[in-house]
Amino acid sequence: MSEPHSAILALDRISKSFGRPPFQVNAAQSVSFELHAGRTLALVGESGSGKTTCARLVMREYTPSDGQLLFKGKPVSTDNAKALAAYRRSVQMIFQDPFSSLNPAHTIDYHLRRPLQLHQRDLRGKQVDAAIEELLTRVKLDPRIVAQKHPHELSGGQRQRVNIARTLAVGAEVIVADEPTSMLDVSVRLGVLNLLNEMKRDMKLALLYITHDIATARYVAEDIVVMYAGQIVEWGNVNKVIDNPQHPYTKLLLSAVPDPEMRFDDPKAQLKAADVEEVRRLSAVPQDRVIAIDQDHFIRQVASTRAA
Amino acid sequence: MTTPLLQVKNLTIDYIGDKTDFRAVDDVSFDVAHGETFGLAGESGCGKSTIAFAISRLHKPPALIRSGQILLEGRDVLDLNPAQLRDFRWREVAMVFQSAMNSLNPVLRVEAQFYDVLRTHQGMSKAQARERTAEMLRLVDIPPDRMKDYPHQFSGGMRQRIVIAICLSLNPKIVVMDEPTTALDVVVQREILQRINELRRTFGFSVLFITHDLGLMVQFCDRIGIMLAGKLVEQNTAEKIYGDPQHDYTKKLWASFPSLHGEPVMERVPT
Repeated sequence: MSEPHSAILALDRISKSFGRPPFQVNAAQSVSFELHAGRTLALVGESGSGKTTCARLVMREYTPSDGQLLFKGKPVSTDNAKALAAYRRSVQMIFQDPFSSLNPAHTIDYHLRRPLQLHQRDLRGKQVDAAIEELLTRVKLDPRIVAQKHPHELSGGQRQRVNIARTLAVGAEVIVADEPTSMLDVSVRLGVLNLLNEMKRDMKLALLYITHDIATARYVAEDIVVMYAGQIVEWGNVNKVIDNPQHPYTKLLLSAVPDPEMRFDDPKAQLKAADVEEVRRLSAVPQDRVIAIDQDHFIRQVASTRAA
Repeated sequence: MTTPLLQVKNLTIDYIGDKTDFRAVDDVSFDVAHGETFGLAGESGCGKSTIAFAISRLHKPPALIRSGQILLEGRDVLDLNPAQLRDFRWREVAMVFQSAMNSLNPVLRVEAQFYDVLRTHQGMSKAQARERTAEMLRLVDIPPDRMKDYPHQFSGGMRQRIVIAICLSLNPKIVVMDEPTTALDVVVQREILQRINELRRTFGFSVLFITHDLGLMVQFCDRIGIMLAGKLVEQNTAEKIYGDPQHDYTKKLWASFPSLHGEPVMERVPT
């Protein structure tokens, strides 16, 4: 995309496969994208398209089978413990399930105090208390009420806010949010998304927002990457991709988003099973050629019907 | 036909607690006509699933129906004795749950799971059941020869379609769907709901559809009821709910969805 030095984190043609032939699954095939400070990249695709594999690659939970991960322009080496610790501090994750990602035996205060003590060692005594208070205020929770509570006393939205505060306590520069709102109630989703937007803007965080809900992707992200069968099929500026989708899979994905303007009885709204199969089959074929639609809008070449 | 298929009248359901009771459903009334799709929308905890369970009397203690009637073609579901109830469930009211794809028995072939239902309710022989199974699987676009497979050999969307096929195999009068596609991605969701819509036109059953996704509901349903904290606060046709919402809560619910095209509903941060 743009010059690699400005990116905090870059994936350079990373592949990840599981198993051995003939049962090999290519979960990520030559995936490249970049995360920039103060920008959000949305990673969109259906279940099984490789979104979570990408998240795990970024978290260094998986080692790539091929390709490399660049952090601030340099490859992350596994033999340098200090560099690795710095990497793990800078890249933090927010999980989908707010109900299982906090320790039920500890208070919220403890959840934030631990990362502060471990990662910001120069803080002493009262300073830690002040930092916890500031973090909770930042995620719009009242420290006097929330700090002494246990996770079960909070709602899903509140817990997700605590998770966000926790990533900030560590001192994250990159946040990987894997479907952060899909288990929350509709009425609190926007609140959490707005909070992520604010964090990104005020603290110059780079955000990787993973979702299958393409409508919320537009709401938080500047750039978008559409994945299918381990390949990135279309990427670029979020408005350009959503308003002018070029790859057949992106078109299919967009046409299936619930649209109250169009009733199911309307013949135009009908998806034909055969067409859907065809798009899926063609999109799954590995392709190397990239076509530029615009300066900041690219698609991967679609396999021709006969060759596939 | 003048009488609606399903009438829920002044239904009130409490969850009994040690000291206080929690009123989950508070004086709710609505009708579902023959062949109609009625939607119930609301947040988690507003009582929509409690209603779904109560309709086929699947609610368990501490849930207690305090008052009200649930009439299916004029017959009160709450008065049925256990034998009548067994006969009534699935044959007249079928249910598809949110995690329905996980409700298939993992150690039985799909065929056996169909046979179980068909033998119990219609006394079919194995051969008859196999024929019916093939017919039902074809309806939901699954090759009939796959009935010999186990549930784990199907994808999530296919499993959900199998559950729907089992539900429809007894020709129920009404199908209650509680968030049937929430765990699936949008393309699969669209395919399944489209298929249900076609089947509904062919066989003429009614659907009670429960979800929190208002956009989807407006596409799929004829009429919609909006629930808030156990009360039905607004009930209208889908077009009206979308184009002309009356209750403040309905408007707020609409505002909480970022729309795909056009302006985001809340003020967007300038970047």
